[in-house]
Amino acid sequence: MLEELSFIVALIMEGASIGLMYSLIALGFVLIYKATDAINFAQGEFVMLAAYGGAVTLAGSLAGTSYGFILAFLAALVLMIGFSFALERTVLRPLLGRPVIAVIMATIGLAAIFRGLPPITVGASTKTVPLPIPDTPIDLWIHRIPAIDLLGVVVTLLSVAVLTWFFRKSRMGVAMRAVADNQQVAMAMGINVERYFAIAWAMAGIIAALGGIIWGSKLGVDTQLALVGLKVFPVVILGGLDSIAGAVVGGLIVGICESLAAGYLDPYVGGGTKDFAPYVIMIIMLMFKPYGLFGKRKIERI
Amino acid sequence: MFHREAGTFKTSYAKDMALFPLPIAKGAAAFFLATVAVAIPAAVLTGLMHEYYLTIFTQIFIAIVGALGLNILVGWTGQISIGHAAFMSVGAYTVGNLVTKVPHEIFGGPMPFWLTIPAGGLMAALIGTVVGIPSLRIKGTYLAIATLASQLIIEWIINHTPAISGGAGASIQVPRPTLFGNELKTPMEIYYFTLFFAVVAIVATMNLVRSRIGRAFVAIRDQDIAAEIIGINIFRYKLLSFAISSFYAGVCGVLFAYYSSIANYEAFQINISIDYLAMIIIGGLGSVLGTILGVIFVQLLPVAIREVVTAYGGYVIANPEQMQLDSLLRTLMIWGIPLLVLLAVRRFVSLGFWTRLIVTLLAIVPAAMTALGVLTYLFGSQFANTSALSAMAASLKLIIFGMLIIFFLVVEPEGLARLWRNVRNYFRVWPFSY
Repeated sequence: MLEELSFIVALIMEGASIGLMYSLIALGFVLIYKATDAINFAQGEFVMLAAYGGAVTLAGSLAGTSYGFILAFLAALVLMIGFSFALERTVLRPLLGRPVIAVIMATIGLAAIFRGLPPITVGASTKTVPLPIPDTPIDLWIHRIPAIDLLGVVVTLLSVAVLTWFFRKSRMGVAMRAVADNQQVAMAMGINVERYFAIAWAMAGIIAALGGIIWGSKLGVDTQLALVGLKVFPVVILGGLDSIAGAVVGGLIVGICESLAAGYLDPYVGGGTKDFAPYVIMIIMLMFKPYGLFGKRKIERI
Repeated sequence: MFHREAGTFKTSYAKDMALFPLPIAKGAAAFFLATVAVAIPAAVLTGLMHEYYLTIFTQIFIAIVGALGLNILVGWTGQISIGHAAFMSVGAYTVGNLVTKVPHEIFGGPMPFWLTIPAGGLMAALIGTVVGIPSLRIKGTYLAIATLASQLIIEWIINHTPAISGGAGASIQVPRPTLFGNELKTPMEIYYFTLFFAVVAIVATMNLVRSRIGRAFVAIRDQDIAAEIIGINIFRYKLLSFAISSFYAGVCGVLFAYYSSIANYEAFQINISIDYLAMIIIGGLGSVLGTILGVIFVQLLPVAIREVVTAYGGYVIANPEQMQLDSLLRTLMIWGIPLLVLLAVRRFVSLGFWTRLIVTLLAIVPAAMTALGVLTYLFGSQFANTSALSAMAASLKLIIFGMLIIFFLVVEPEGLARLWRNVRNYFRVWPFSY
């Protein structure tokens, strides 16, 4: 009985930590949707690109030193902010006011470009992002969790705290909420809408850089890393596309479901339920509560 | 008799909706049909064209069926789907199971294609309808995500159900189709086999979109709430659109299984769904001609890229010294300076039309040589490895695809079909400007 209980608790802890790491990626997605109403299907590729930025910098002569890591993080940060700015300007701004399909397809096109770039520029081999943290799992009461997962959880929670503060309290965040709510009224109130779009993309770039460093160091950096982005969709659908709290709750639900499915169903179906369970939950959610747990319902007018 | 119409003289709706609105359209259609049905096979038979190109055309015909299906859903009904390849896999596995599991005594051999093709299509239509149900409550982004999920779910189910996937490797051998007792196994036979279905799909789509159903689809695309208000049953037509679209996809999957002699889920993964979206976006949403152009473009692009990359790789391997810095400097001196001079002349000296054209043409060679030199210096070492070339071609394909999708979305949302229409309209009144 006790063994059974500790098995469940272990699964839940594992799932929760992975889930919160999913949330970190989902945050970037939510941020862009919240501020600009655009859907970013290339979120996974953003994360991959940031991870490449970090890995390539770290692979230089600075490997192993602590400021090497800081430099790698800064490189990823600068790369992603620059990239996001450029994208917003060249791709997404011309698509303003076009049907949602156009924006979705444009980001899918971006995803294709991003997946094609690394093998040509830095080679197809898997790279590592060695972080200055212990390799051994850290003992947490009844279950041991890899240090990198724990770091991911901490970073996610910090990001959520900062973003929540940003949207609630800061002048910029309030302006961004105004832009998201109604672009025309925001413009009439003297808010520079285009500038806030750029800021939102840059912030998403920062989140992607954090996610890239952490996921890259967990899984290794190659183009397969972008597949993590597919897990973002169940997370944001569960939580609601425009809710930061939703991204956290959705991440927890997806992570825990995944982990429980892997623990209890895998022995019966021969593995792989991990990649399956989140999407089933998502479809059920879409059928019954399409706007998610915390999402804002949109009212359509003709 | 060659003549051009001098205006719009349609006096009835029937004329406006006619399949060939202009007399010349009939001729053009006959011309293209003659090209693919007679000229290309004749060129292959006489040895003018390598047989390899027949398989490329076969792939184009198969993809036309699938892309038309996707365009009905995305282009005409406005419901986005990122799961089209999954419906193709449903068709492929349906035919795989039918030809292996239905006792051969019934038909004196594997189940014939005139039964498996509708069966594969109907099976895909059934699954597609189920996937389409959420489209009643959700649209746009949410629908895109839901169809993405269904792609992954269908793939997973096929892969994890031995009863469907045939166990190890999740692939089923599919025998060649037979017609009047002849097994269609040469590339030429398969070519005509797929051409027939491509033509059927094209004619069916052209007629579908000018029917009552097609008009309902367009109304839903343009404004679904308004469509509901004017009495279109959205529930019925959205599901119908999903069903028709998936039927095409299923047929496409069956044809592909016949063509490649195997049903394997790896041929229908999410990147294929995105390829098909690329086809209809590059070609033109809501246009039959655009779909065909887009399919041809997207299918030929990787072939062209592979050719170029292989040729370039051979060049780099044969001239390894090109990767050195002094070689780059030499290139810049020999070709870069003339290029700059030509560009400066073109920019700052006022020239007549023909002189300007000649200068522009003259600049092409140095521009190409300079670009080649710079590229070789930067990336040449990546191409110097023969085994890495195919991976390189795959990456380049992804990049160019992505760029084309974005380019067409930003610059010409109506795709190649629109470009073609611009050219046609220009020549319609040529040499007068209006």
